[in-house]
Amino acid sequence: MTETGVSAALSLSRDRAPLAVEDLSVVYGGQTALDRVTWSSPASGLLAVVGPNGAGKSTLLKAILGLVPTSGGRVTVFGRPVDAARDKLAYVPQRAAVDWDFPATVLDVVLQGMVRKIGLLAGYGRDHRERAHACLAQVGMADLAGRQIGALSGGQQQRVFLARGLARDAAVLLLDEPLAGVDAVSESVILRVFDALKREGRLVVCVHHDLGTVADRFDDVLVLNRSVIAAGPVATAFVPEVLGRAYGVPLAVT
Amino acid sequence: MMDWRALVSILLLEGGWNTVVVMVGAAALGFACGAVGVFTMLRRRALMADAVAHAALPGLAGGFLLGAALGLPGRTPPLLLAGAAVAAAAAAMLIDWLSRRPRVTEDTATAAVLAASFGLGIALLSIAQTLSTGGQAGLDSFLLGSTAGMLASEAMLTAALAVAVTIVLRLALPKLAAVAFDPPFAAASGLNVARLDLLVTALSLACVIIGLRIVGLVLVVALLIIPPAAARFWSDRLGVVVAVAALFGAASAYVGAALSAVLPDLPTGAVIVLCAATLFAISMVAGSARGLLPLAWGRRRRASPASGMPAAPRSALP
Repeated sequence: MTETGVSAALSLSRDRAPLAVEDLSVVYGGQTALDRVTWSSPASGLLAVVGPNGAGKSTLLKAILGLVPTSGGRVTVFGRPVDAARDKLAYVPQRAAVDWDFPATVLDVVLQGMVRKIGLLAGYGRDHRERAHACLAQVGMADLAGRQIGALSGGQQQRVFLARGLARDAAVLLLDEPLAGVDAVSESVILRVFDALKREGRLVVCVHHDLGTVADRFDDVLVLNRSVIAAGPVATAFVPEVLGRAYGVPLAVT
Repeated sequence: MMDWRALVSILLLEGGWNTVVVMVGAAALGFACGAVGVFTMLRRRALMADAVAHAALPGLAGGFLLGAALGLPGRTPPLLLAGAAVAAAAAAMLIDWLSRRPRVTEDTATAAVLAASFGLGIALLSIAQTLSTGGQAGLDSFLLGSTAGMLASEAMLTAALAVAVTIVLRLALPKLAAVAFDPPFAAASGLNVARLDLLVTALSLACVIIGLRIVGLVLVVALLIIPPAAARFWSDRLGVVVAVAALFGAASAYVGAALSAVLPDLPTGAVIVLCAATLFAISMVAGSARGLLPLAWGRRRRASPASGMPAAPRSALP
């Protein structure tokens, strides 16, 4: 599986890659968060973005999506500027970033994934609701559609966020720590969804903190520490020598 | 002390044409403020709305001084409101600009602009009081609100505001909900978050400026914030919260205006806000979605197996 992903990635010219970043820099209040990052993604499959704390992993996702001001560089999505290709992207932020006391049900949140697909005068229609229910079923939460979001466990919150991302029907999903602090059931559901997305030829980009599980779960890796340390298939890029450079200490990867 | 029969007849709109005008105008204002305020509350802009209201004062006083300088008779309402709107919009932009500076947080910028513009307003108001042009008598009613001498045209203006707010919120609700819940996701999906925030700011600005006359600039923010906060206790659905907040705002302003007609010594704004606060207290105790009593009742029902009610499947999935 990894082999076909690799060859597909190599055969793609850089400017048609799902995600291509050139010389991207982000400066936060005098601190350089990303320093001239140049990277292009494989065509599809599961990709982990790893690196030490403060390496700019979340910032890279936000900069790709145009959510933080960049101080130089270029981002393209399938060869086009991000603003012209937003329908190709789905963002799944960290679940701690929102107030779960918000007056909304699980279905309401998933419907937000289709907020750009409704007309000016119409609200969400029956087809939108059906699609939202289907996305909830995909993450194993079909029977919780009417639940107030404040009454969900952490793992369920993460699955609702994933379902909202699925509702966007995007070719590329960008997820910020989707497996952090979730229970075992939610984790296995999320990984099952990842595999389905991969089979459908989509690209799943995950900021990931757990180095021990990278090799099992992902095809490709981007090792980041403000700039790109290494990128490519797990077998070649996720090696102790690279990680030692990224983390500044020798690490053994099993 | 209070004439109860007069109060009842006013509440039943039997108090004559002038009180009907006042009651309808106040209720429409409360309706608009309650509905818009839900989004002010969810985007955590309550202090911002308060600052913008206080910043209207130098605009009002400036409008009065300008009118006097131009030799216009007494206070000229359109000039006063235009001054208030310009000053309030300037304050909103100043807060926005300041909070983008490094080392100035948004709450600091907001509080600083609130205090500074209110200080400027008080100073200008003192100057206005010393002029010999006359017409100053009505100026201080903008501080605490008054329904005395409210014109039918002013009531029509609040009614138009209520209609406009209803239409805009009805159309923009899905987008405003997405932005209020998760701004980065909304922006990543292609919504123009800055423009939708501006829409909410513009609506709350309109509510504040039109509400100055009735509720007063010191308290008008309460009509934006308290009814939504009370409505939150009654529902977990955004659309329902907006509707309940609009009804609570309308009811507070309606009853408050009636009470202040019976007790003319009390400022209208204060009475309206106290009515809203009473609704808030009732909602906090009895609100069906998250009031204290329903929550306690629900817990007891769940705790007691004899009630025949199985435990809620709160953790059907971990």
